[in-house]
Amino acid sequence: MSDHEVLLDVRGLKMHFATKSSLFSKNKGYIYAVDGVDFQIKKGETLGLVGESGCGKSTTVRAIAQLYKPTAGEVILNGKDLTKMPAQDLLAARKNMQMVFQDPYASLNPRMTAGEIIAEPMRIFQNRGLLSMSSAERDDKVEHLMERVGLSRFFKNRYPHEFSGGQRQRIGIARALALRPELMLCDEPVSALDVSIQSQILNLFKDLQQEFGLTYLFIAHDLAVIQYISDRVAVMYLGLIVEISGSKDLYKKPLHPYTQALLSAAPIPDPAVEAKRQRIILTGDVPSPDRQRPGCYFYDRCWKHMDVCKTHRPRLQETEAGHKVACFLYHKPD
Amino acid sequence: MTDEVILQVKDLKTYFTVDEGVVKAVDGVSFDLRKGETLGIVGESGSGKSVTNLSVINMIPSPPGRIAGGQVLFHDKDLLKIPLSEIHHIRGNKISMIFQDPMTSLNPFLRISTQMIETIVLHQGLDKKAAKEKAIEMLKLAGIPAPEKRIDQYPHQFSGGMRQRVMIAMSLSCNPEILIADEPTSALDVTIQAQILEIMKELTKRLGTAVILITHSLGVVAGTCDTLCVMYAGRIVERGPTDVIFSEPKHPYTIGLIRSVPRLDKENTERLYSIQGQPPNVIDLPDCCPFYPRCEKAMDICRKKYPAATKFKDGRSASCWLYSEEKK
Repeated sequence: MSDHEVLLDVRGLKMHFATKSSLFSKNKGYIYAVDGVDFQIKKGETLGLVGESGCGKSTTVRAIAQLYKPTAGEVILNGKDLTKMPAQDLLAARKNMQMVFQDPYASLNPRMTAGEIIAEPMRIFQNRGLLSMSSAERDDKVEHLMERVGLSRFFKNRYPHEFSGGQRQRIGIARALALRPELMLCDEPVSALDVSIQSQILNLFKDLQQEFGLTYLFIAHDLAVIQYISDRVAVMYLGLIVEISGSKDLYKKPLHPYTQALLSAAPIPDPAVEAKRQRIILTGDVPSPDRQRPGCYFYDRCWKHMDVCKTHRPRLQETEAGHKVACFLYHKPD
Repeated sequence: MTDEVILQVKDLKTYFTVDEGVVKAVDGVSFDLRKGETLGIVGESGSGKSVTNLSVINMIPSPPGRIAGGQVLFHDKDLLKIPLSEIHHIRGNKISMIFQDPMTSLNPFLRISTQMIETIVLHQGLDKKAAKEKAIEMLKLAGIPAPEKRIDQYPHQFSGGMRQRVMIAMSLSCNPEILIADEPTSALDVTIQAQILEIMKELTKRLGTAVILITHSLGVVAGTCDTLCVMYAGRIVERGPTDVIFSEPKHPYTIGLIRSVPRLDKENTERLYSIQGQPPNVIDLPDCCPFYPRCEKAMDICRKKYPAATKFKDGRSASCWLYSEEKK
């Protein structure tokens, strides 16, 4: 996969949210949700993004989709920087980039039928003159999409509440597919689903990737799900990427102490394995991203921390080919 | 774990009457809980895990719910038949609960101290000062740093993991015999989940508390439970020691469930197995095996009659016609 061209290039992406200033003070506070993230996704590849709640996974994805205006940084899709694009061009560029959301209940309009929901992206682009297609063609396409994601075409006129969670997620996927995007941003698409449905949807994602040559940026907090779906994995902590590597490599040889803890904390569904496992139990909680710290953000919870970690922030450095980590344990002087 | 059975659930049936018909949320569930045992109940949403446990402590809202049959024997007393005044002495005292969302199960207007002291004073007859000391001790056991200070704070001042620790401290403060934990870690991150499970394991072991752990995560069950009940559409389809069920599952649903979870410790190169179809709608379910439309091994008889549980030598039972003696 390495010789394919780069589809998405994210450089120094920062997303800071201003918090409300108090009545008497002028200086505003910020939530540093994403604080300088760099990565690339190649065509046809799946990059998994893991991390705990509040680490900035969803914000990263939303900033890439330009649903938020990033504070700083570049989001380059197919060689064009989305952050500096005029609105009209951005709409056209979005055709290449669609999202699938976590909550299949909140992300579908309850007053639209499944058919209308799936047709909506096409309708919008038609109205703006970016897509030409007759309404018969559109209906045809909707039916085709429904069958493709495993829904009967006879459900076209049903409303979202008539579907189960897994079926709704299929509607969401069909809607994202409608414009034939190259990049799909999947924000925890299987987290709300039951185990037996989750595996159906994961397999659907894999099949669609093969069939349409899709590229995924896939968020999940379940490490096993990420391992199954991803070619490469980026681990986030407090708005920063602490480790990024090929999926196999990361799971076999995690370098960053946080990645190690995360992997050892994830339960494995096998009592024989669980009985023998040594867990790294982290103390404390994830700190609040309300200020920028001079040292490593993981310092307080790290059991391997050194003096340098308190005062300096490690940069993301390549230790082996394709394996980058931000930790002073592996730091090489430039 | 000893052989002394402290809780026996026999053929429990809990039905809800809704406009569309009767929802048989729990339909003939039986299990035993021994002293100090950790029993896991797994199943997908809507399989009746939570309703089973709400029924055990007689907390089913009625109407629309009603307990249509069965017994819940706690020290030979049927909890479904005893008067309300008596069950108040059992709930929160002998049997306590932890819920999934620690924010909604703590009162946001009251300090932690007020909420904890209330329970201890009510059930243990201590005065307020002694109760507060006991509360601080429990918070300390649950791993809350500086409990003397934290006890006077409000729930919103705690993080999700910390709140769940408060809930554990509170629920164990009266030395209950049974702790019912309903998805205690589902709302938490993995690293926090590991902390909470560790604390629960350690504390209940120390206090000799039996635990009923409800979860949808097979991973959590594998690491914590001695015995396991797998639920599907309001019934327990397989029950037995956790290691036996995982190493050699019998019921096709259990087999499918275990195979469809991606595993961290294996390279997931091949395609993930998935059970086809959707879980059934439990409204007016016919008296057949509810899993047969999704089952790879379905036979004619499966769509006619629900199979009785077949007992195996290894202490396990499964409800499937594949193993039933009376078949055909």
